[in-house]
Amino acid sequence: MSTAAPAEHDHHEEHATGLTRWLTTTNHKDIGTLYLWFSFIMFFVGGFMALIIRAELFQPGLQIVDPQFFNSMTTMHALIMIFGAVMPAFVGLANWMIPMMLGAPDMALPRMNNWSFWILPFAFAMLLGTLFMDGGAPAAGWTMYAPLVLQTGDAFPFMIFSIHLMGISSVMGAINIVATILNMRAPGMTLLRMPLFVWTWLITAYLLIAVMPVLAGAVTMLLTDKFFGTSFFNAAGGGDPVMFQHIFWFFGHPEVYILILPAFGIMSQIIPTFARKPLFGYASMVYASASIAFLSFIVWAHHMFTVGMPLAGQLFFMFATMLIAVPTGVKVFNWVATMWRGAMTFETPMLFAISFVILFTIGGFSGLMLAITPADFQYHDSYFVVAHFHYVLVPGAIFAIIAGVYYWLPKWTGRMYSEPLGKLHFWTSMIFMNITFFPMHFVGLAGMPRRIPDYAVQFADFNMIASIGAFGFGFSQLIFLYIVLRAIRTGEPATAQVWEGAHGLEWTLPSPAPYHTFDTPPDPQLIVKEGHS
Amino acid sequence: MGQSSYYVPHDTSWWPIIGSVGLTSLVVGASILLNGSGGLGQFMMLAGFVVTIFMMFGWFGLVISESMAGKYSAQVDISFRWSMSWFIFSEVMFFAAFFGALFYARMYSLPWLGGEGSGVMTNEVLWPTFETVWPSNGPAEIGGDYKVMGAWGIPALNTAILLTSGITITWAHHALKANHRGQLIMGLFLTVLLGAVFVGFQAYEYIHAYNDLNLKMTTGIYGSTFFMLTGFHGFHVTMGAIMLAVILVRCMKGHFTPENHFAFEAVAWYWHFVDVVWLGLFIFVYWL
Ligand SMILES: [Cu+2]
Repeated sequence: MSTAAPAEHDHHEEHATGLTRWLTTTNHKDIGTLYLWFSFIMFFVGGFMALIIRAELFQPGLQIVDPQFFNSMTTMHALIMIFGAVMPAFVGLANWMIPMMLGAPDMALPRMNNWSFWILPFAFAMLLGTLFMDGGAPAAGWTMYAPLVLQTGDAFPFMIFSIHLMGISSVMGAINIVATILNMRAPGMTLLRMPLFVWTWLITAYLLIAVMPVLAGAVTMLLTDKFFGTSFFNAAGGGDPVMFQHIFWFFGHPEVYILILPAFGIMSQIIPTFARKPLFGYASMVYASASIAFLSFIVWAHHMFTVGMPLAGQLFFMFATMLIAVPTGVKVFNWVATMWRGAMTFETPMLFAISFVILFTIGGFSGLMLAITPADFQYHDSYFVVAHFHYVLVPGAIFAIIAGVYYWLPKWTGRMYSEPLGKLHFWTSMIFMNITFFPMHFVGLAGMPRRIPDYAVQFADFNMIASIGAFGFGFSQLIFLYIVLRAIRTGEPATAQVWEGAHGLEWTLPSPAPYHTFDTPPDPQLIVKEGHS
Repeated sequence: MGQSSYYVPHDTSWWPIIGSVGLTSLVVGASILLNGSGGLGQFMMLAGFVVTIFMMFGWFGLVISESMAGKYSAQVDISFRWSMSWFIFSEVMFFAAFFGALFYARMYSLPWLGGEGSGVMTNEVLWPTFETVWPSNGPAEIGGDYKVMGAWGIPALNTAILLTSGITITWAHHALKANHRGQLIMGLFLTVLLGAVFVGFQAYEYIHAYNDLNLKMTTGIYGSTFFMLTGFHGFHVTMGAIMLAVILVRCMKGHFTPENHFAFEAVAWYWHFVDVVWLGLFIFVYWL
């Protein structure tokens, strides 16, 4: 599969071919391609699990899978989508685009870049292998709360160590991105001339370096509690199960910004291109991203309002969380202001971008509702929460990734995708996504709890609608796969600039981008001309 | 403009994938071992360990030879500096998770179990006789009677040893910059020696804790935090001492110049990092 994409650009010195090339490459474009295909495969694997969940929930009662396996599916769906699909997709886009956007010859540490990727297939082989073990795959939820998770069967240490491996991969990848951005910018590419995708990734990389080790520490304590008799999460020994939740969510809340900040960056590249106007409020976008990242460290306990927390803690975490709406609002305002009176056209990337702005904002508002402590007592662990985070992750993170793929695919492959098929993919995805997740708000507010294979009959209609939407959304993604493969094989040749309104160093390179780019730095005048300010 | 001065390896490298195979074998073996299948687990762990060590020799050897061949410009040097700095920061955050557990247990879990604040009914109903103290192995006294590890014996000595090693490595660094080979090798040798003595004392302390104090990993939250924090720290000191020993060998081979010796500095930073973590340990685990 992965050999298909960059087969075009072979006009270069000898480099390895076949499997050896992909195993041993140190080229940022090859590694970006590997990340993106890996992410695509994991997207389908995790999506398949989501469809098992929705098939079981199509009707009340237990029909298709037993409850233990159902819980495995919700757990694995989340772990795979978060660590296997969304994060690697963003790292893949970073690998492809950041060196080209900065006028750099490659990533700062090319061999470590290869390692960051090639740990992932092993980590996910371990995690998926747990499906076939005694006791089944992990089923305690992706948040792995103690003490429930300690009841996991043989899968337990495999899950813990696979998370360690994913963490090693993420930290190395993030370090590489930081070093690249801080040290590899072409002369003249000042920090405040960097494209916003680069900025948001720089901030994301800091979040990764700060919190992935904390997750590693948390799961290490789970491991020792299970196998070595420690009492971290055992009240009888003086520990506390709630302590796990605190440590986990200290990682977990910044993690959700790891999943969305690069999406903000992609939006800030695409919207100006198709509005044919410079991004409104460039500097405020940078400061807003940094503020969101800072605030993400002091809001984690909003996931835990119902566990029993001192009143002062509840108030602090409620207000700090609501404060995040301010920089997020700045961003949404800026995207809308960029479109205001722009000469807009509606190619597929722009369609996904506009739906991102609207639908992500809906997810943001439901997040604001959840932040209100007394209201959260009602919403907690209900389908309302499921609706909320799917609205920020599906039309948020995933639509941004899809938009980015349509936007940059011509640069990667030298070929255009089919615009009518792209629009078909957009409309089916957008409509089915709303059919899937919008009814979840209603059943959640009416009291349907999350992570259950069966439910009271009064929730039946909305669940049936959601399941139909989910299958529609899932099959729509096969259109996406077809569009990408078709573009690679038979797409129309793309121009260097690709999009009439596109600006930035990457669009000054030929399409497809040569195997090595910016071996000599670009002319500083070009950077000023293509830049933002 | 001209050709970029940044060294980008245009060839391929097998070392990362070898490293992935090694790490995976190591952790799959560990998982199998923990699940109770000793033989296969031990074999896979050993194989994974050997492959990982092989990878480190090969990969670092390649980087050293490239460095010696003068392929790394000042700009490459800066990439290494940023990377090492942020790697150390990630290590700080790893320890932060365990310090967080220690502080949470001491400031919240134990007082609540003792009936403070909203924990009043927990105490009343579940463990009415429990009173908050530190150190503690919890209301169920998990692990049984134990004695507390004192701060002013070996731990205080170890503090002095690590602080001294911080001085000796700085002395070695100044000697390197002043091109005094004898002092450089002496300073580094003393640092490695002090590191080894530290690890030896730590091992003695562990044996003492297990045999004489009945203080074990299973001694409730006190034993858990004690051994997790000092254990990971001891592991980092061991790694640091091995890295220092490699640097010592490279110094004796004359690999470094007064201007160009980032590998030395990286290891020195790392050594200072384990030093600072130890100060936190000494204060919050042993002393207060
Ligand atoms: Cu959160």
